[in-house]
Amino acid sequence: MIPGTFVYHRPGTVQEAVALLADHGEEARPLAGGHSLIPMMKLRMAAPEHLVDLRGIGALKTIAEDGGDIVIGAAVTQAQAIASDLLAARLPIIRGTALQIADPQIRYLGTLGGNVANGDPGNDMPAVMQCLGARYVAEGPDGVREIPAAEFYLGPYATALAPAEILTAIRVPAPPAGHGWAYEKLKRKVGDYATAAAAVVLTLAAGKVATCAIALTNLGPTPLLANAAAAGLVGSNLAPADVKAAADAAKAITDPAGDGRGPPAYRREMAGVMVARALTRAAQRAANGA
Amino acid sequence: MNEMVITREQREARLEGMGCKRKRVEDIRFTQGKGNYVDDLKLPGMLHGDFVRSQYGHARIKRIDAAKARALPGVIAVLTADDLKPLGLHWMPTLAGDVQAVLADGKVHFQNQEIAFVVAENRYVADDAIQLVEVEYEELPVLVDPFKALDPDAPELRPDLAGKTVGAHGPRKHHNHIFEWTVGDRAATDEAFNRADVTIKEMISYQRVHPSPLETCQCVASFDKIKGELTVHGTFQAPHVIRTVASLLSKIPEHKIHVVAPDIGGGFGNKVGAYSGYICAIVATIVTGQPVKWVEDRIENLSTTSFARDYHMTTEIAATKDGKVTGLRVHVLADHGAFDACADPSKWPAGFFNIVTGSYDFPVAHLAVDGVYTNKAPGGVAYRCSFRVTEAAYCIERAMDILAHKLGLDPAELRLRNFVRRDQFPYQSALGWEYDSGDYDTAMRKAMDAVGYAELRAEQARRREAFRRGETREIMGIGVSFFTEIVGAGPSKNCDILGVAMFDSAEIRIHPTGSIIARMGSKSQGQGHETTWAQIIATELGIPADDIMIEEGNTDTAPYGLGTYGSRSTPVTGAAIAMAARKIKAKAQMIAAHLLEVSEYDLEWDIDGFRVKGNPERAKTMKEIAWAAYNSPPPGLEPGLEAVNYYDPPNMTYPFGAYICVMDIDVDTGVATTRRFYALDDCGTRINPMIIEGQVHGGLTEAFAIAMGQEIRYDELGNVIGASFMDFFLPTAVETPVWETDFTVTPSPHHPIGAKGVGESPNVGGVPCFSNAVNDAFSFLGATHIQMPHDAWRLWQAAQDLGA
Repeated sequence: MIPGTFVYHRPGTVQEAVALLADHGEEARPLAGGHSLIPMMKLRMAAPEHLVDLRGIGALKTIAEDGGDIVIGAAVTQAQAIASDLLAARLPIIRGTALQIADPQIRYLGTLGGNVANGDPGNDMPAVMQCLGARYVAEGPDGVREIPAAEFYLGPYATALAPAEILTAIRVPAPPAGHGWAYEKLKRKVGDYATAAAAVVLTLAAGKVATCAIALTNLGPTPLLANAAAAGLVGSNLAPADVKAAADAAKAITDPAGDGRGPPAYRREMAGVMVARALTRAAQRAANGA
Repeated sequence: MNEMVITREQREARLEGMGCKRKRVEDIRFTQGKGNYVDDLKLPGMLHGDFVRSQYGHARIKRIDAAKARALPGVIAVLTADDLKPLGLHWMPTLAGDVQAVLADGKVHFQNQEIAFVVAENRYVADDAIQLVEVEYEELPVLVDPFKALDPDAPELRPDLAGKTVGAHGPRKHHNHIFEWTVGDRAATDEAFNRADVTIKEMISYQRVHPSPLETCQCVASFDKIKGELTVHGTFQAPHVIRTVASLLSKIPEHKIHVVAPDIGGGFGNKVGAYSGYICAIVATIVTGQPVKWVEDRIENLSTTSFARDYHMTTEIAATKDGKVTGLRVHVLADHGAFDACADPSKWPAGFFNIVTGSYDFPVAHLAVDGVYTNKAPGGVAYRCSFRVTEAAYCIERAMDILAHKLGLDPAELRLRNFVRRDQFPYQSALGWEYDSGDYDTAMRKAMDAVGYAELRAEQARRREAFRRGETREIMGIGVSFFTEIVGAGPSKNCDILGVAMFDSAEIRIHPTGSIIARMGSKSQGQGHETTWAQIIATELGIPADDIMIEEGNTDTAPYGLGTYGSRSTPVTGAAIAMAARKIKAKAQMIAAHLLEVSEYDLEWDIDGFRVKGNPERAKTMKEIAWAAYNSPPPGLEPGLEAVNYYDPPNMTYPFGAYICVMDIDVDTGVATTRRFYALDDCGTRINPMIIEGQVHGGLTEAFAIAMGQEIRYDELGNVIGASFMDFFLPTAVETPVWETDFTVTPSPHHPIGAKGVGESPNVGGVPCFSNAVNDAFSFLGATHIQMPHDAWRLWQAAQDLGA
């Protein structure tokens, strides 16, 4: 549990960080909260020679509204997200999810950018961001671009980020007031990754589902956007049969691994249970206007 | 002036003696982060050691090449078995009469086994060097299932024992067999089964778990070449035994070895034995002449230093149709891993598992235990348990529930019908123990009243109907357990470790001004000895606890003792303290008689001193007597006021308790929620009720963890799975249920202060209570026995299997 030797860099701007990453190529890794990377380094499963700490870059630590989007800096910590009035009012699912990530000590250090950029299928925010239709802002030697969260994840720890590109912000189109949301996470204990988790964002019109998005955490090599499950619910009034059909459709796209959380059959079944519970809770919130 | 008018109650209260909820004095430093742990120790020139470990569960080592590691700047040495061989230290004896490889000697027997010890200037270089040591393996067939260990074609795990047909505990019947241990009357037991109206039989497994103290095992060894003296600071629950073992192994005279156990961050049995890290650090300091520190990381702790349990107990009860038990028959398959490094008293290969008749009046019983080798980490320690008592309590408490279910009797009612009655104590159990005292019926009924047991059963019946009607997906379980512990090892007639009888000791010295330094052979790892030992002395000698300093853990200053584990400190050391205090008191009485110019028979003890019978105005306090002991002792009496006692207990003590748990289980997810947990403990005389409550809270939390999730698992290739706190279930405050505690007091008749010990009771009684709650919840769906751990996926699976 002792890491190898590395050089620590603490740039003050995104440009400096990008330059450092470009200079050192594959030997360099960006560091944010460090809660995924540092344990990997201590186990010597990762041995970067250069760590580029992004936490000295003030521009990455803000949460702001920009047009119809909420823009969350990549180095915003989970604790900051929880404390943000703007997120509580406009994107309550982010606060609700952050509160289910690990414990307060970790949330003081762990960042939203790190959570979504690392490509760990166990991380909670990627599914939420997919559900919300978020776009990730990436900055690299060739400039700035946006990548939809739905297209970002390629496999375990494999993402659409190019070498030397840094994820600098998350742009989330704010869902309409009165939308329903839920993040249902089954876990063994505080600090654990999900056995199965489901994010739901929906809107109701005249008691029927107008829009719906469903995404799943830790049930495959990447977060899973359950488009077919969600599409089948539009126009429904979320009767038990509708919810069951959506849960079954969501289960069908899962491919969970067996581990200490349970065998694949259990985790797949739990995907359905989490989807059903998330739908019910989201619909209650929408019906209550929150 | 106030001294003149102080009331007797005030005099008594200011002592903060036995029965007082005295705040823990050690917490002043612990809560400020000022504890002094092994890893805090930094000696000049200190080097750091770390292990190259096996990646395989079973393999021959064809080659170890450490050349690159040795060439790395900052690396001082790389030790392998070949380096230890000339010293005869490549193998070491275990406490259980087996031998264990210190560094793999041509073969690895379990994953993460120690292969080489790298010594470097710092931890970073040591770990860099580990990556550079090349080990070439030839994989061997792996044996992880204990039920296959004795198959004729099972791989031979211990060629070092080839041809050895007799082990430390009798004949071995197979190359992977360690011992067979039998107790009881087989013929009479078989006869009871032949005549029984009703019998049950179930294979009840207690999975492999780990004590997992937050502070891992560690030491700093430092050899002074000029003086020829070795100092070892370490996380030792039994520092004096460690010194003796170190002397026997190293040939350094025992008086030239100084073992110091500073503050310890939890032990739970993990820190009783001797580990490769200690031996290698000692060899390394002798070779280099510089201090060497070795500190385990979390994965190493969970996967190498002593596991617990891994007992597979085929259990049968014979009974009459009206629920009176008539016989018990148990066969245990005990998985000891690659080396038998069980930390039991030497003559007890399965510890005190023969307490398995529990709290019930079994007229006959028979027990057989077979110990076997597998490709798993060695150990078998008493994880907050008195030597396999946890396993025994789990076995009998599950079996009694299974019997109740078969008879259609309420599990509490079945227990009430079979308890050893109060008038039967001292009670001779069918498997050879003499229970000292108990009042089981009273405790059980008090527990049932406290929780409203009848109403809980009525609620359960209503909820089961609702479940059957499909109105809820939640089922309710009520767990009952009633345990009898056996602690306080132990009488020298049957308990020793490596030939050293399991007494313990206390030395008390009163200074001229009436304050005290006292030292014991025990060693607190969080139990609060600095607080409670002072309370015993305060009551016995009338000196305020705040004026008493307690010291443990330094073998140079403390009297020899066997250490702290198996709930033995209060029964053995606590008795030694009282007996030493009474020696002082007897001398103090002579001094007081001299000062008051009366016969000592004319004096009586009164809270904090002696007074003349019938003339209470004439009195001397202990403080006055202490001064006189150094200033004007009676003619012919030697000055000073101190005493030592080495206490050899006449019997074990038998704490007991009644626990009840109410649990709700969501069958759709398998998630179990503990609604209520009530624990009544009878540990005899209560020294510090606050500390007892703390002990019960901690032990119940461990019991909850074990029953509901803990498991050190191996896959079929011998890979250890889940050896980190991501997977090994250590509950946080969020998961931990709320505990309700209660008590009755049945003093031990043979203990000087009547105390029995409590530290391990909640773990012993808690695990079956949780498991019984789970099994009770599922019983109406047809379940007989669901194996632990009861984590969510397994409970979901159980529900699936039962069609729920």
